[in-house]
Amino acid sequence: MFEHYISLFIKAVFIENMALAFFLGMCTFLALSKKIDAAIGLGIAVIVVLGITVPVNNLIYTSLLKDGALAWAGYPEVNLSFLGLLTYIGVIAALVQILEMVLDKFFPDLYNALGVFLPLITVNCAIMGAALFMVERDYNFGESVVYGLGAGVGWALAIASLAGIREKLKYSDVPEGLRGLGITFITVGLMSLGFMSFSGISL
Amino acid sequence: MGFRQVLDKMEPHFHKGGRYEKWYALFEAADTIFYTPPSVTSTTAHVRDGIDLKRMMITVWFCAFPAMFFGMWNIGYQANTAIEAGAVMGTDLRSVIIAMLAGNDASSIWDNMIYGATYFLPIYFIAFAVGGFWEVLFAMVRKHEINEGFFVTSILFALIVPPDIPLWQAALGISFGVVIGKEVFGGTGKNFLNPALTGRAFLFFAYPSEISGDAVWTAVDGFTGATALGVAAEGGMDALISQMSWMDSFIGTVQGSIGETSVIAILIGGAVLLATKIASWRIVSGVMLGMVATSLMFNAIGSETNPMFAMPWYWHFVVGGFCFGMIFMATDPVSASMTNQGKWAFGALIGIMVVLIRVVNPAFPEGMMLAILFANLFAPLIDHVVTQANIKRRLARV
Repeated sequence: MFEHYISLFIKAVFIENMALAFFLGMCTFLALSKKIDAAIGLGIAVIVVLGITVPVNNLIYTSLLKDGALAWAGYPEVNLSFLGLLTYIGVIAALVQILEMVLDKFFPDLYNALGVFLPLITVNCAIMGAALFMVERDYNFGESVVYGLGAGVGWALAIASLAGIREKLKYSDVPEGLRGLGITFITVGLMSLGFMSFSGISL
Repeated sequence: MGFRQVLDKMEPHFHKGGRYEKWYALFEAADTIFYTPPSVTSTTAHVRDGIDLKRMMITVWFCAFPAMFFGMWNIGYQANTAIEAGAVMGTDLRSVIIAMLAGNDASSIWDNMIYGATYFLPIYFIAFAVGGFWEVLFAMVRKHEINEGFFVTSILFALIVPPDIPLWQAALGISFGVVIGKEVFGGTGKNFLNPALTGRAFLFFAYPSEISGDAVWTAVDGFTGATALGVAAEGGMDALISQMSWMDSFIGTVQGSIGETSVIAILIGGAVLLATKIASWRIVSGVMLGMVATSLMFNAIGSETNPMFAMPWYWHFVVGGFCFGMIFMATDPVSASMTNQGKWAFGALIGIMVVLIRVVNPAFPEGMMLAILFANLFAPLIDHVVTQANIKRRLARV
């Protein structure tokens, strides 16, 4: 059992890395990776959001939305899974709102550094993607906790190392037409080449 | 009139406004091969040192020679052994040259060298010419100096491809490595991945059938022979030991990429690199430690289904590209970590990753290339952590 969770975690962090294997959450990934500190802050925020929303959505899905989930209330034939997308986004939005208030109150520096991208976590496809993967793969509650945390850690690791590389690249001499986003796209492509070392591992 | 005067007389034509202004980069490169550059630092910081980037790169280039010559001999040895066992040599231009200059006797050093040279030299020439072409083109258009880095990149690239690789693929690989891996970032010293490995990784994923598998390692058509890691992944340690001894693998008379098979030849070059402090001993020790620790861990865990778990560390050390990668690739001063503690961590990460990929990833039998690229990604982050920790410690001391 324990071993199963460990391998699920490693799979979520490295093999199915949200940013570098699925290319999810690209907008914030590219926009907020200029400084290592801000990137680590955002990474932690994503870990927190994923670590909470995936299990919460899992609870909602298994006890309310799934086909036959409402049997406990006397409606065994009801299938509410078409409400899935709406519910997940609602849960994520509410949670991000709370996180924003907490950061504003206790970590104003990080709050200012993240700026508009914090509310944008709501529509970050990495977070929505994790919720949908959870549904598609039929994770139970324990698995969804591990998967949520793992996906978050993987994404945070990717953005932190991208920020490290971009800080180093500040001293490089990129051709004019490629400066800014252009070279970042190339960098991310090369990074995902490095992460290919994990593709093919089946845990 | 000495050679210096000839160069001095030519020089004004290459300066701004001169007739050959565009070709300044080439002139500068030719000049500094023979003489030290005339320019001196104009600001306050001066370092007097006999070694500069140019000497460093040339030293690495020379240090790759033992592995290169052994590689050439080994191509011939493997192919001629296969031919003696009944395989048929191809009928292309190479076979004509081989027939003209030498025979197919696997015990003759000359025959083996000629055979190997007809395979290695075209690859090296292509890598050198194409890599040099991009280097010169970028230097001319972007007005930076031609850097000897491409000497190193091209020889390392030529040494880590299989002998059978089609030449157009070698050209494509080195182009990707030099242009996307290095020049778009501004040239030597400004990239974050090792250019030679980037080129090989590109080929590895784009044309897997020509760069991995069993058929590519011997330069004879239609002959298949697996590499040590391929054998071990299939049949486990027993199958491996029945096919080759540890000593074979250490000396290098086995299948593999051109320059990677002989541990002893690599270590000769490596000793020079370490003695001249061009390769960092911290990185090399870090790689060794990480590899030994991880393989001991896998030995202890054990597995009934995966025979690679049982491979001991001294076998991991001699098979595949581990040694070549550790000496020539991991120590690349540009893409590795810069801080002293960071170098240990960087090396250990490579050592851990390489065993991890070899053992638990069934898709790739060899992991050195991807392990180094993976560690390159984290090198800046490791440096950041180390410097921040230093700053914190010093602040606490104030």
